Amino acid sequence: MDTSLIIHFLTIPWVFLLWTTALKSFIFLNIVIIVVSVTVFAERKVSAFIQDRIGPNRVGIPLTLLGAKKDSFFWGLGQMVADPIKLLTKENFVPAGVNKFYFWLAPKLVMIPPILILAVLPFGSTLFGISMTICSLNIGILYIFAIASLSVYGITLAGWASNSKFPFIGGIRSSSQMISYELSLGLSIVPVFMICGSLNLNEIVDWQVTNGWLISPYWPKGLSVASLLHPSDVIHALIAGISIQRLLLWFPLLVSFIIFTVSIFAETNRLPFDLPEAEQELVGGYHTEYASMNFALFFLGEYAAMFAGSGAIVSIFLGGWSLPFIPDGSHGFLWGLVNILAFFAKVSLLLLFFIWVRWTLPRFRYDQLMKLGWLGFFPIALGNIFVTAVILALVHH
Amino acid sequence: MALVVNRPKLSLAERCYLPSLLAGLAITWKHLKRAIFNKGIVTMQYPEEKWDANMPDWYRGAPTLVVDENGREKCVSCQLCEFICPPRAITIKPMEIPENDKWRKVEKRPEEFDIDMARCIYCGLCEEVCPEEAIFLRKDYSITGLNRAEMVHDKKTLYKLGGVMKGLVFKWNELK
Repeated sequence: MDTSLIIHFLTIPWVFLLWTTALKSFIFLNIVIIVVSVTVFAERKVSAFIQDRIGPNRVGIPLTLLGAKKDSFFWGLGQMVADPIKLLTKENFVPAGVNKFYFWLAPKLVMIPPILILAVLPFGSTLFGISMTICSLNIGILYIFAIASLSVYGITLAGWASNSKFPFIGGIRSSSQMISYELSLGLSIVPVFMICGSLNLNEIVDWQVTNGWLISPYWPKGLSVASLLHPSDVIHALIAGISIQRLLLWFPLLVSFIIFTVSIFAETNRLPFDLPEAEQELVGGYHTEYASMNFALFFLGEYAAMFAGSGAIVSIFLGGWSLPFIPDGSHGFLWGLVNILAFFAKVSLLLLFFIWVRWTLPRFRYDQLMKLGWLGFFPIALGNIFVTAVILALVHH
Repeated sequence: MALVVNRPKLSLAERCYLPSLLAGLAITWKHLKRAIFNKGIVTMQYPEEKWDANMPDWYRGAPTLVVDENGREKCVSCQLCEFICPPRAITIKPMEIPENDKWRKVEKRPEEFDIDMARCIYCGLCEEVCPEEAIFLRKDYSITGLNRAEMVHDKKTLYKLGGVMKGLVFKWNELK
């Protein structure tokens, strides 16, 4: 077949959209799966360090079997490969008396929503003129909320289908917890729409590229590497960056940020909100009865949800793929790569924060959890919207 | 008079969690930072690092058989240890000491002496019951094997582990 014909076919607009999207999805999904397995390893390693231990450090290449003098441990990095192999080769035990259909369905329902959320995250600016978002959706954040609330079905179904008391309690706790925190999650984000005027994550990131990250109170406008050579430009940018409205908005945005982040912790069932799986009380919570790959799907789902949640936090509050002084992908393909790296670096730091918090804080009691959600975050998030509205209406400069 | 325990009045900062959260994060960060530079780690990496030097004298490890200074195996295969052993780990097959042997007057010694280490519970009753001071629990604790057969210590292994025990009562001397 003629190569020019293939190129012609591939550049038909809808075909082009199709194959670039498929390629982007494939690469992004694989990167996320790798990041997830690294996160699982980091979780074990960081927890060990925080508790003055060493953590997994044995799995490596058994060079002694091949005749070398010493084994190569690689700081235990082989654990990332060993864990999935173990989970894949274990017996997938299904207890008698479970509701088989829902028992098998539940892990998939936990795994799928976080992956669907990845579709709207802008993980880079542009590469060769192609937008690095799999799907630039105009209702991006609403989509995230809609999909994220689906993951509660997986956990609740797992608890119910297991036909066992501990998973059942875990499932029930999970449903009430996620529903409560979705409320503050949704409300905390409303000030962001009021400021950015869009629900599209791409547009929110673009707004932050020009106007500064949403959690920073001050942003020197138009300051770039090139303008650093001209002192007058720098002074001009520094002065142009000062805005009373922005300084006043900083407070509600910080509140939004804290509530949103804490609610993401609750949505992803991470400590201090891991009541659905509270090991000390509920054995393993909703996944007590699961083994091997079914359990691994819950595990992957939890960490993929962490990634998706961190990605949402980064995109909404921390400037997405943007870094100060770094131009976007339209200035060259290297800058596009730097943008992608910036996004993953920010997400990784947030994931590290997730892990750090997990090994610091004790679990909330159930009533404290509900009290915090309904009497703490809900009214604060609601009031926050009015404060933002007042600032936006009264202060124009 | 009833004792009244007043609930502490929490300040606003205490009630909104955040200051104590940050304090906690600071503590764990300190440990994380220290551990990354390999300081303050309390883990002992087992096969390479061992606690053997600090083991107490009364440590009960694997049961072993001993010989005395004269090279005589102390066991006379009375089988008391076999009968007292709670998990029935010991199997002894006694034999008569041949006529021309130096220790003929002892009359019996074990032909086979097997301790199944997969069953042994390290209780030390065998050592306690032995009238001849022949079996001792020594400090070997890492008894491993790839199958059940390998976990059985035969007479040769037991004497190899036990070695020579000095300073015991020399019961079968020239006079007796």
